[in-house]
Amino acid sequence: MKQQLEIKNLSVKVEETEILKDLNLTLPRGEVHAIMGPNGTGKSTLAKALSGHPDYEITSGEVLLDGENILEMEVDERARAGLFMAFQYPSEIPGVSIANFIRAARQARLKEGEELEATQFYKALYEKMDMLQIDRKFTSRAVNEGFSGGEKKRNEILQMAMLEPKYAIMDETDSGLDIDALRIVSDGVNKLRGPERGILLITHYQRILDYIVPDHVHVMWNGRIVKSGGKELALELEKKGYDWIKEELTEPAARA
Amino acid sequence: MKHELTSRETFDAYLASQKDMPRWWLDLKRESWDRFHDLPMPHRKDENWRFANINGVDLGGFHFGQNPEGEAAEKDLLERSEQVHQRAGRLVFANDRLVHHEAVSQKLSDQGVIWLPLEQAVRKHEDLLRKHFMAQPIKLGSEKFSALHGALCSAGSFLYVPRGVEIDLPLVACHWTNGPNSAVFPHTLVIAEDLARVTLVDFFASHQRHARNYVCGVNDLYAGPGSRVTYISAQNWGHDSLAFHLNSTQAFREAYVTSLNVNVGGRQARTESHSQVLGEGAHTEMQSLTVATGSQEFDQRTLQTHFKGHSVSDLLYKNALLDDARTIFSGLIKVEEEAQQTDAYQTNRNLLLSPTAEANALPGLEILANDVKCSHGATSGQIDDAQLYYMLARGIPESVAKQLLVFGFFEDILGKLENEEIAENLRSLIRAQFD
Ligand SMILES: Nc1ncnc2c1ncn2[C@@H]1O[C@H](COP(=O)(O)OP(=O)(O)OP(=O)(O)O)[C@@H](O)[C@H]1O
Ligand SMILES: [Mg+2]
Repeated sequence: MKQQLEIKNLSVKVEETEILKDLNLTLPRGEVHAIMGPNGTGKSTLAKALSGHPDYEITSGEVLLDGENILEMEVDERARAGLFMAFQYPSEIPGVSIANFIRAARQARLKEGEELEATQFYKALYEKMDMLQIDRKFTSRAVNEGFSGGEKKRNEILQMAMLEPKYAIMDETDSGLDIDALRIVSDGVNKLRGPERGILLITHYQRILDYIVPDHVHVMWNGRIVKSGGKELALELEKKGYDWIKEELTEPAARA
Repeated sequence: MKHELTSRETFDAYLASQKDMPRWWLDLKRESWDRFHDLPMPHRKDENWRFANINGVDLGGFHFGQNPEGEAAEKDLLERSEQVHQRAGRLVFANDRLVHHEAVSQKLSDQGVIWLPLEQAVRKHEDLLRKHFMAQPIKLGSEKFSALHGALCSAGSFLYVPRGVEIDLPLVACHWTNGPNSAVFPHTLVIAEDLARVTLVDFFASHQRHARNYVCGVNDLYAGPGSRVTYISAQNWGHDSLAFHLNSTQAFREAYVTSLNVNVGGRQARTESHSQVLGEGAHTEMQSLTVATGSQEFDQRTLQTHFKGHSVSDLLYKNALLDDARTIFSGLIKVEEEAQQTDAYQTNRNLLLSPTAEANALPGLEILANDVKCSHGATSGQIDDAQLYYMLARGIPESVAKQLLVFGFFEDILGKLENEEIAENLRSLIRAQFD
């Protein structure tokens, strides 16, 4: 069994429109992949469809997490199987503190009858908060309520750090972060990098890839991965824009 | 021999058991019994019963004075009555039978504090009882059931706190039902004289979670001038029970009364709360938290009457509804002409965690004074799908996610409770509804 997240021929519909078309992508543990692509091309759709969001209808394909098809699983089961989403637009949960929220998520990963140990939990939580330079006072604040854009993104990474997923998909975690926050968050993500974890970074900017250097870069276009390469592909995209990809894509058709 | 609850045989047997009680008490019982039979059953058209399931209000098939499981069960119930360890005294009843009486300290009794089971109080403190027992007007629709309570009630706690005496720890009363179809009539009477301070907690529960019982409880609070009275109740009757809890609060000059009812039990549970502001500068807080699950109906009728001004009454009823549950909130604020400079608020908030749950709200105002601040409002919110998805995406199972949202919804009340042990008890009661 290969330790990888394998997306095979995935097609996804939203409200009768096909957004992802026969998409293929493999993310092995230990690697960081970046996905870039123009607005509306289906990057967030991919992330949400993987997580099991009810609005996204899988019309064909498979998603194997370490060999196991997760498309049959409920949203929470997929998460407990080791899949994590850092959302582009995280929800606010009034009345539920960050500490209680993460605690419930950790508790859900324990075996039946096991109880989370409170002191250990807080020790781990404070450690990760310090790493991400989040004020400890945030533990008692309601999840994302009244948070600035950057604070919300940091909170996503905090949850990722606390839940130790096998595969993390980070949807535009870099947008809305100022230069300092970008560095802090990137440092945090780099610490979470390792042989036990695959990371998929969705981004519009090459800048974050200077901090979190990817093993592979994929370009998504119109619901498909149309080009893959190394880190230099991101630089090239930044220089040339997406039109270059478009031309490359239409060329063979023109020739035919 | 089991008799129908409302039959003559039931009452005769009860009177026989009361033959050593004072004459006035027996007279009051007879009078109440007659009144119960004279009063009509609630009618669909009664404004006080709007939206309620009238058909569910059926006293048939209940029995009084049974104790089928005897002393073994009582011992078990006593062990389960340890919710609050730090307490000033305790009373435990099972099927209206006194199981345990833990007196107050010598110091408190030397100060004149009286903490007794109701029947003993009736014998020893006739003046106080004649003045206060069932002396409050019942106006919110359950006059008939209140009369039955008056006729058959023997179990309950009587608490008297003399002028200036402050009790730090809570007094605790536990009322249990045991066995199927038993009927109980728990009573709570708190009298706090001038400047006294006291907290009383009532725990109501059935021995069996799905029991069918009939309950009609009355709790009356008398808060003398400058006193501080805190009353908390946790209602966890069996889920096939019919329950009434009728409250009346009298707040005199500068008194501060807080009441919090937490409701999770019953098939059909009705609370009636009447807060009477009788003195200038008095303040009453009326709070309620309900978790309605399955096909439960919680029916809440409230009245805030201001007879005197410079006073405050603040009502906040929060209902979390799951499954096919229903709630009814009907509240009225009445400010008499004389009660100038009154602040009266009434808020009902409903959190609907299921598309088939139903929350009804009937807020109301009747203001005769012209210099007042009053507001009433009811809101119902569906659980937000995006919030639920976000929690699921963190691996939190749906039932736990809903539980977190409910605790989030209740936190503004639970988080402010001063007594952490009581707060934790209430939390675990709420948590248990999600298992
Ligand atoms: N829930 C939805 N309902 C209707 N349309 C949707 C929904 N989600 C996505 N879409 C549509 O699917 C397409 C792809 O959207 P998606 O959010 O996946 O793009 P994206 O690549 O993440 O874009 P961006 O770079 O702007 O974040 C868009 O046309 C979008 O309007
Ligand atoms: Mg997007």
